[in-house]
Amino acid sequence: MGSFHLGAMTLRSLFKKPETLCYPAQTKTPYAGQKGHIVNDVAGCILCAKCQKTCPCHCITVDKAARTWTIQPYMCVQCGSCVAACPTHCLSMDPSPTSIATQKSEVVCAVPEKDKDADADAEKAAS
Amino acid sequence: MGKSTVIPFGPQHPVLPEPLHLDLVVQDETVIDVLPQIGFVHRGLEKLVETRDYNQFIFVAERICGICAMGHSLGYAETVEELMGIEVPTRAEYLRVIWHELSRIHSHLLWLGLAADAFGFESMFMHCWRLRERILDIFEKTTGGRVILSVVRVGGVARDIEDSELAAICSVLDGIKSEYKEITDTLLTDMSVKNRTVGVGTLTHEQAVDLSMVGPFARASNVSYDVRSFGRGAYGALSDFQPIVDAQGDCYARVKVRCLEVLQSIQIIQELAGKIPQGDIAVKVKGNPDPGARAANVLEQPRGECYYYAQGNGTKFLERMRMRTPTSQNLAGMVEALKGCDLADVNMVILTIDPCISCTER
Repeated sequence: MGSFHLGAMTLRSLFKKPETLCYPAQTKTPYAGQKGHIVNDVAGCILCAKCQKTCPCHCITVDKAARTWTIQPYMCVQCGSCVAACPTHCLSMDPSPTSIATQKSEVVCAVPEKDKDADADAEKAAS
Repeated sequence: MGKSTVIPFGPQHPVLPEPLHLDLVVQDETVIDVLPQIGFVHRGLEKLVETRDYNQFIFVAERICGICAMGHSLGYAETVEELMGIEVPTRAEYLRVIWHELSRIHSHLLWLGLAADAFGFESMFMHCWRLRERILDIFEKTTGGRVILSVVRVGGVARDIEDSELAAICSVLDGIKSEYKEITDTLLTDMSVKNRTVGVGTLTHEQAVDLSMVGPFARASNVSYDVRSFGRGAYGALSDFQPIVDAQGDCYARVKVRCLEVLQSIQIIQELAGKIPQGDIAVKVKGNPDPGARAANVLEQPRGECYYYAQGNGTKFLERMRMRTPTSQNLAGMVEALKGCDLADVNMVILTIDPCISCTER
């Protein structure tokens, strides 16, 4: 008897909208705030290293002398700690898929020189 | 009686999503003894508490198990909050319970799908996972993640859910409820399911109490024990909460208890969504746990009571973080339930107990 109920339920599915998408022909629009890989808008980065301190997997390295911000994306667990800790909101998460890779590599972002006073003011405001 | 033969079961077996090895001692076709063996997925996660501070460890805690991720982050956060004397805002407590109950629904639906698949009910497996997908979609919309949510923080939660979104969640749950009832009515009344589960792998009430069984496994043996009934956090705001129990103690009773718990969780979420107060979702956490401070906490995970223990040492790193997961309690009962069953029923007994090995080994 139970199988007839399940059969009826399955037959009803024929007249409903599909529950799945024909990926990759159809893709889902990401929700606001959905997780993804970390992106640094270097124009706003003040190299304060708060993201490095808060990261639970130690995948971010900030080099103030060389003015570089480096992330090892294959170590990142996308917890969002760095995004929440960033005082200038220059870090964000991008849910779009990254390109296929055959080797693990790190992403190095060169942070451009800024007005020293503006940098110091931003770091002071952040602390 | 023929002579005893030992048949190895697992660690790789179609019915086991996780590695568990059993040496089944059988005479003819009857299991007379069982020797379980674990240790295939031990990752040493508790040790990481020495190198990750108490805020960072929450992301390790939720990776103990994919299915119980929300529960582990919640249990860990509550323990650290007790250790440091932090009072969490009421709205955060409600949000935590809503997400935790959603994760219970997702866990039980996943289990029901796997159980249906083991019965040979392929279409039911698909229907269960179809409904589960809607829960994962709610997670994705409200937390940004599907399985690993990373939404609980020490001192509150990272994200709020708007009232309109809560209303939308309630209406999604209404849709799930009606379809879920059809699925469970089918499963629980089906003769072939009853033939394979009624009177199979029975654990009596006395055995369940003696062996300290927890969760749906114990409740199916008429042990009315559920941590949620202590009324801690937002569970205290529920108008009524009674653990779902069954007296039979067999595989059918365990299936039935889990099936009914999904409906209970839907009811809890809908009630809390209607009562949730406005306010902050987190408090700022400052300082470190005092040296020698200790805290213990229990939480009702989808598979039963999980115990957490934390000890501070005055630094941002904890001295010790210990967890005792429901499956480590239930393995002893599983051995008893398997004794005396047919070799062909071993799959069904293990499935209805729903062991989570990655939680147990950590």
